[in-house]
Formats: sequence, structure tokens, C-alpha cells
Amino acid sequence: MSSIADTGITHVHDDHDHDHKPRGFLNRWLFTTNHKDIGTLYLVFSLLMFFIGGSMALVIRAELFVPGLQLVHPEFFNQMTTMHALIMVFGAVMPAWVGFANWMIPLMIGAPDMALPRMNNWSFWILPFAFTMLLSTLFMDGGGPAAGWTLYPPLSLQTGNSFAFVVFAVHMMGISSIMGSINVIATIINMRAPGMTLLRMPLFVWTWLITAYLLIAVMPVLAGAVTMLLTDHFFGTSFFNAAGGGDPVMFQHIFWFFGHPEVYIMILPAFGVISEILPTFSRKPLFGYAAMVYATASIAFLSFIVWAHHMFTVGMPLEGELFFMYATMLIAVPTGVKVFNWVSTMWKGSMTFETPMLFAIGFVVLFTIGGLSGLMLAISAADFQYHDTYFVVAHFHYVLVPGSVFALMAGTYYWLPKWTGMMYSERWGKLHFWLSTIFVNVLFFPQHYLGLAGMPRRIPDYSPQFADFNKISSIGGFAFGLTQLIFVGVIVHAVWVSKKKARARVWEGAIGLEWTVPSPAPYHTFEKAPDIDESMVPHADEISH
Amino acid sequence: MRGSGNTGLVIKLVLVSVSTFAFGIFAMPPLYDKFCQITGIGQAGVRVEAPRDLPAVAERKVTILLDANANSTLPWEFEPVQRRININVGEASETAYRVRNLLEEASAGRAVYNVTPPTAARYFVKTECFCFSRQSLLAGEEKEMPVRFYIDPELPEEIEEITLSYTFFPNPDPDTASGTTASGSD
Repeated sequence: MSSIADTGITHVHDDHDHDHKPRGFLNRWLFTTNHKDIGTLYLVFSLLMFFIGGSMALVIRAELFVPGLQLVHPEFFNQMTTMHALIMVFGAVMPAWVGFANWMIPLMIGAPDMALPRMNNWSFWILPFAFTMLLSTLFMDGGGPAAGWTLYPPLSLQTGNSFAFVVFAVHMMGISSIMGSINVIATIINMRAPGMTLLRMPLFVWTWLITAYLLIAVMPVLAGAVTMLLTDHFFGTSFFNAAGGGDPVMFQHIFWFFGHPEVYIMILPAFGVISEILPTFSRKPLFGYAAMVYATASIAFLSFIVWAHHMFTVGMPLEGELFFMYATMLIAVPTGVKVFNWVSTMWKGSMTFETPMLFAIGFVVLFTIGGLSGLMLAISAADFQYHDTYFVVAHFHYVLVPGSVFALMAGTYYWLPKWTGMMYSERWGKLHFWLSTIFVNVLFFPQHYLGLAGMPRRIPDYSPQFADFNKISSIGGFAFGLTQLIFVGVIVHAVWVSKKKARARVWEGAIGLEWTVPSPAPYHTFEKAPDIDESMVPHADEISH
Repeated sequence: MRGSGNTGLVIKLVLVSVSTFAFGIFAMPPLYDKFCQITGIGQAGVRVEAPRDLPAVAERKVTILLDANANSTLPWEFEPVQRRININVGEASETAYRVRNLLEEASAGRAVYNVTPPTAARYFVKTECFCFSRQSLLAGEEKEMPVRFYIDPELPEEIEEITLSYTFFPNPDPDTASGTTASGSD
């Protein structure tokens, strides 16, 4: 298996002189309106949040290493489960995808920048403030939020005065995502180069377009839900207070009306990245491009009508249970189309296994395991056993960690040479992949058994019968966490140390506009719209007839 | 050509987000109440009528199970006088609940209720109930509170047992008695 990296050396002379990057650190980063700089900011920020959220997960796994209460107070444990989720969802995965969108969408559709560069700057710089505010609640009287990231009342209303900070932090994250989405939609609709028709767009651009619509449709609903919590907590309203005529179950409906599309917001861009990487390293066009676009759109549509499968046990009428069960199972059809098309893309391809490809294949296999346990959870009768157990924890971590996070890593390795102009270390990248894949399974697979045996989630102690699997899971957790330091090492090496220059077309089989610009991508690209010919568009062959 | 028409699109997208926010906060609670009323979940489904011509009594027995809870923040003792009663459908029935204030001072509460199975709610007709209004008790006071109701004879055949459950919540200030999402059932 000869690595592409070996032939990736070019002799293109340095063209930094023509870049006109702003001088000075503040001008370059604080006031930047450049999509590449903002993309970098988003990615660095989300990596930082990934490690903060990860450390919280390690506190959880350390406490659960053996039965009994030993390391932290139960109250603090609850704050850790809540904050870990809030940080990972809103601070790590979502901003990372926005970072990818910023870097890659203009490059992939031949646009000079995002449509609204100043708003772009603002939508990023809100985030550090939002997360400082969220994290600061840990140091306040009464501690941070501890009722789980779903913030179910009445429990969440028992949070101290720090609750207001949590709500405002969620508002700010929401505003940031909504501005980011508006920017993505405006860019894709208005800024495409001539000839880049909608059905010629790379799949990553398509999945992000659909994700952006999901975001503007549901982030405001979350904002509304937490606003009602805020007024219930501080201003005496009774939206969710049974004593005043409200209903706590209504919060669950509103939250999951946001929450279910939210989980697809985290996974759809991952589908896009995987659909870029598999064809490149299989040296074949993506199988069933149009089917992939329509499958993504159907998943997005279905995500709005399945929310109550998160709350099968609240006491719904039988008709409701059946409707939400069948609607949820229906999602397996477009998702199955996607997995089928990915496998078919690889079928009889001339495959090579560079790090991005390894992560992409890891994604296809492990995400499917998570999808399958999702189908089990969709069976409403069986869900009464699984509800709020570690089985659910195992399920959503399988779709989020070896799902979304693996796709983020695959995408990072795939485009890192384009971003930095240098090849990363293939040896360390592969080590990162193999250790991550082994330990993510050591970490999460035993949790399926724990859940089926009845171990509840979000509890700092457990019955001794669960001790062995918890120990295995914790060992996997620590090993997986440490493995991620390799990732940082690889990135640092690629940015500052590596001497191996990358070609414009980094990967032999890569097709797409982003590979027509030099590596590293110059500060300004496509100021003049590119002439798009068939060879630059991966899916042109399928669309032309 | 590229980049033209951004302003119009942005305005539309901002309007979409603002309207989904408004949908979440202003439309969802009333829609939820409506939904509960239709499906009979919670107290929205139970019919409340002034005592008037009752339907003809039919020879069909149903069992009414009575349940009472006081919220942990309200130190009241609250229990049904009878735990189960057997009545005919259409028959005007009366039962009572006993409540005692365990505090050394006066306090007030309000009861919310629901009916199980939810499909029975629309056939459960209350003509009088202590839950229609706020209840105040002096320190240590005990009282018996009546509930008058009948079961609509249209009650589906398969329902033979109905549970009526109350929970008392503290309600110190009459001004806060009406919740934001309080349905029109009382």
C-alpha cells in the first residue's frame, strides 16, 4: 500500500506574498472576516471544548470505576453529566461542523468567501463568551446545572441562581448557530460559481444546506423552551408547573421537538464528509448521488415527526406510541439507503487506506451499530426496559463518537494538508485511528450490557453486579481520552513541524473544486469565479444525462 | 451575479427563526392544551358541567378508584374517604376527600387532577369539585370536601374501571392561582 503522501510533494513556490493577510494578532483573528480564518477559529475552539467536555467524561468514568461513592460528591457528578453533554453537543460537535462549513463550503462551490463575512465573525466570537458563562456556573453558589442536558423540569428548576446563566448561555449558542446557518444558506443559494448547479454540489455542501435549514427551524424552539424555564424559575409563571395549571410533560414535547432534529444536525454533515472521502479513496464516483441527496432530505423531514420516541414512558395514548414507533422506524429506510450507497461506493473500488479512509470506514461500521441499537429503542414496548438505562447511553455515544466525532476526524485528516499545505504524519494518524477504534468499543460496548441488565444512567453509584463491565468501560474511557492527545500531536506537527509539502490535489482520487487551488489554500480564493468543467465536479457524470 | 440577493434571503431566514421562536413559546402551550383536551390527557379532558338534567341511569356498573396525593412542598394530609366505589353509569354520585393542614399556620393549596385511562376522561363529568377553587386551611384545620360527578352512559364498553387522581399543590397567593397555560376546564 503505497501512501499518497509519498508522492504528495510539490515544488510550487511559496505564494504567501500575495495573501494580504491582516497584520497583527488582533487584526488577524479578532476582527477577521475571512472564511478560512473563521473556520480555523471554530475548529480550534471546538477542539478545546472537546478536551474540556472529555475531561468531564473522565471524571464520570473515574467515579464509576468501582461501585460506591469515592471521588466526587453526587451533586458534582450530576453537574459533570449535564455539563459534559452541553459542552460536547453545543461546544464541540456543532461548532466543529460550522468550522468545516466555513473552510470548505466556499472552496467547494467556487465562492470567494461566505455571503455575510461580518456576521460570520460575530457568530464565532459569541461562542467563547457563551461557554465562559456556561462553565462559570460550576463555580457559583449551588453549582452548575445538574438535571441532565435535557433540563427537564421540575428538577432543572431546582438549580440555583446559576440557572439564569445557563439559559442565557443556551440563548447565545442558539443565536450563534442561527447566524451561522443563515450564512451557510445564503452562501450556498447565492454564491455558487456559474455552472455549479444544485445537483452538482458536493454532498458535504448538500448535507450542510439541509442541516442549516434544520438549525433555523429548531434552535429558536429550544430558545423558547429555556425562556419558559427561565420565567418559571424567576418570574412565577407556570408553563411547566402543575400547581399553576402547567404541565412538566409539555417541556419534554417542546424540548424533543428541538432535540430530535438536533441529533441529525450533528450527524448530517458527518454523512456529507463520509460521502466525500469514500469515493476519493475508492477511486470511484459516489454510488447513487441523487439518492443520497434525497435520503438526506427525507431524514431531515422525518426528524420533525418522531420526537416523542424519547418519552415513550410518560404515559402517552397507545395511538401515540404506535405512531412515533413506526415513524421512527421509517428513518431506518433513508439511513439504510445511505449505508448501502457507501458500501456500494467501495465495492470493487481501488481502495487504499490512508487515515481519512480508515476513519470513514470506521464510521460506516460503528455508526451502523449505533443505528441498529436505535431501532431497538424505537420499539416502544421494548423501550420501557431500555429507557434511561446505559443502553441509551451506549446507543447515542455510538452514533456521536464513532459517528460524528470520527467523521470530524476523518474530515480533518482529509483536508488538513489543504489547510496547512503540509502532509501530516500518516504513521501517527493511523495509530490514532486504531487506538481510537479499539478503545471507543472498549468504552461503549459494555454499556449495552449494563443497560440491558438495568443500570440506570446519570447515577454516581451502582449495584456491585455491574462492577466488571463498568471497570472495562472506564479503562476504555481513559485510554480513548489519552489517545486523543495523539490527534493534537498530529495537528501540531502538520501545522508547525512537517516538512512534507502537499500537492494541490492532495489525494490521487480526489475530485472537486477545493483541489484546484494550491495547498495551503491561499488567503483569498475564487475571487474570480472558476470555469467549471466536468472534471472538477465529482458527480457531473451522473447529472449530465 | 454571485452574492446578489443576499439581503432579501437573509430577511426571510431571520423571519423564519423569529417565527419558530414565537411558535415554540406562544403556539406550543395552547396547542398542547388543545391536544390534551382532544385526547383526554390531564385535566383538560374531563368535562365540567353545571348540575342539570342528568342522563338516564343505565344498569351498567363501573368501578371508580379514588387517589389522593399532596405535593412534597405542601405539608397536608390528603386522602379519599372511600378508596373505591361502584356506581351505575349516568347515576349522580357523590364522594368526598379529607384534608388536614399539618402546619402551625394557615396555608392554601389547589388540587390538579387527571383521569386514567385517558380515553375515559371525556365521559367523566364533574358537577362540583373542591378542585374548582383554591382551598385555604387554618393551622391544624381538617375538612371534608365533596366531589359530585356522573359517568356519561356513552362510556365505551371496554372500560370497567376509572381512576380519579388528585394532587394538592401549594397556592399561597390567589394572584398566582391561574397558570399561564391553565386550560378552560375550571
